[in-house]
Amino acid sequence: MRRNAVTVVGAAETTKLGVIPDMAQIQLHADAALNAMADCGLRPKDIDGIATAGETPVQLAHYLGITPTWVDGTSVGGCSFMIHVRHAAAAIESGLAKTILITHGESGRSRVGVGARSVAASSLNGQFEQPYGPMGPPSMFTIPVLRYMKTYGVTEEQIAQVCVVQREWAAKNPRATFKTPITTDDVLNSRMIAWPFRLLMCCLVTDGGGALILTSAERAKDFRTKPVYILGTGESVETPMVSQMEDFTSSRAFRVAGPTAFQQAGISVNDVDHLMIYDAFAHLPIYGLEDLGFLPRGEAAAFIAARNTAPGGMLPLNTNGGGLSFMHSGMYGMYALQESVRQMRHTAAAQVPNAKISVCHGVGGMFAASGTIIFTNEEP
Amino acid sequence: MAEPGRALPVPTPETQGFWDGTNAGELRLQRCDSCGKNYFPPRPFCPGCASRKVSWFKASGKAVLWSYVIHHRPVPGFKPPYAIAVVQLAEGPRMMSNIVECEQTPEALQLDMELEVVFEKQNDTITLPLFRPAKD
Repeated sequence: MRRNAVTVVGAAETTKLGVIPDMAQIQLHADAALNAMADCGLRPKDIDGIATAGETPVQLAHYLGITPTWVDGTSVGGCSFMIHVRHAAAAIESGLAKTILITHGESGRSRVGVGARSVAASSLNGQFEQPYGPMGPPSMFTIPVLRYMKTYGVTEEQIAQVCVVQREWAAKNPRATFKTPITTDDVLNSRMIAWPFRLLMCCLVTDGGGALILTSAERAKDFRTKPVYILGTGESVETPMVSQMEDFTSSRAFRVAGPTAFQQAGISVNDVDHLMIYDAFAHLPIYGLEDLGFLPRGEAAAFIAARNTAPGGMLPLNTNGGGLSFMHSGMYGMYALQESVRQMRHTAAAQVPNAKISVCHGVGGMFAASGTIIFTNEEP
Repeated sequence: MAEPGRALPVPTPETQGFWDGTNAGELRLQRCDSCGKNYFPPRPFCPGCASRKVSWFKASGKAVLWSYVIHHRPVPGFKPPYAIAVVQLAEGPRMMSNIVECEQTPEALQLDMELEVVFEKQNDTITLPLFRPAKD
């Protein structure tokens, strides 16, 4: 076994997902944390490290009754939880903590126990983006895409195909919000949000949460759950302003985080059995497939449209239905991690047969940040 | 009571030179005196080489349309559908803006079309740089 290998021993989503008006955001964190502790037979006194985003680690430690020796409040958007996994693995390897809890909870739809969202008018975003009329991610995250489409000759129909394929995966997942099959025309005829993006090209807005518990592979043998090993990790950030991305056809943060994880894992894209790419909007799997090195630039849209990532395809992608059809509370990264863990435990609703390596790639903000985790179910 | 207008910037000491420029009808960028890089958004050092020797200069105001969306939802100060655009300035940096004096349609808004800056006064302290199709 690799020296100091780290594993996920506990993993769970909130008891309910979707619309949860009877729970404040911090309770969504706690509900997921209690489920993850139950999953691996631990109690709060057994946890000595805590990482979270959305709420602070202080709030969570106090709320759950945890006395940590290690905390991480990295909050860089939806991929914060991938980055927490990376930091937690390093902390366990170096002996700063033995058993780390990572939580996510978000009352994204019901907005119970959540502060107001605002952009400070004196921030760079407030001065140099907000005056031009954006309203959140649907009108910001989507801005680079026309440049990508013109550069590579990609069509609106091809982008719509991403949504069609992910709905097919969602249909296999009993917990998915939307399961009814859709066609390319359904996507293109759905309500226009920010041309070329229609409603069905944008993620859901739901309530929910998830939690992970990590410990050393050595200790993992004492748990009843099948250990899921962390093989490689990567992280990076680029810019808080989508208008200031270096390249509108590619994410620098993706191009740093992804290869860092593959290099640490000592694997190539050809070794990957299962893949999650955070899909807040339909173009993200396209950018992700290219920036992680699965495909040359400009080829991912056609690859998806040719059903290579669909059920039965060569590269199963976003097998829970993704942020487009499964659920998306706002910071979706935790749900992508949960699906990777299920696939590695061989307990996923749409299980990829014999899957041994799962890559889970997240984005934070509007191409602002990125985290990549590579899991395996074989002792490294 | 008047309907709420668009979100307006609150300058900081580091960005005041830019907003002084737009008030004076100039699009001002910064250039590094050490490595020659033109950059935006404003800061009192070069993001390329970290030199603090930087100067403001008046940009040409010429740009091309780099990318955009046409927003269909209501936002204070805007009448949908309207384009939220990023323009590529002739001097190199990109900035977010709106395209005016132009139909807000995919047909009228072609990527790489030539643009020029125009200034739209919002109040006594803030003037925004917007862009229109180039006239010459």
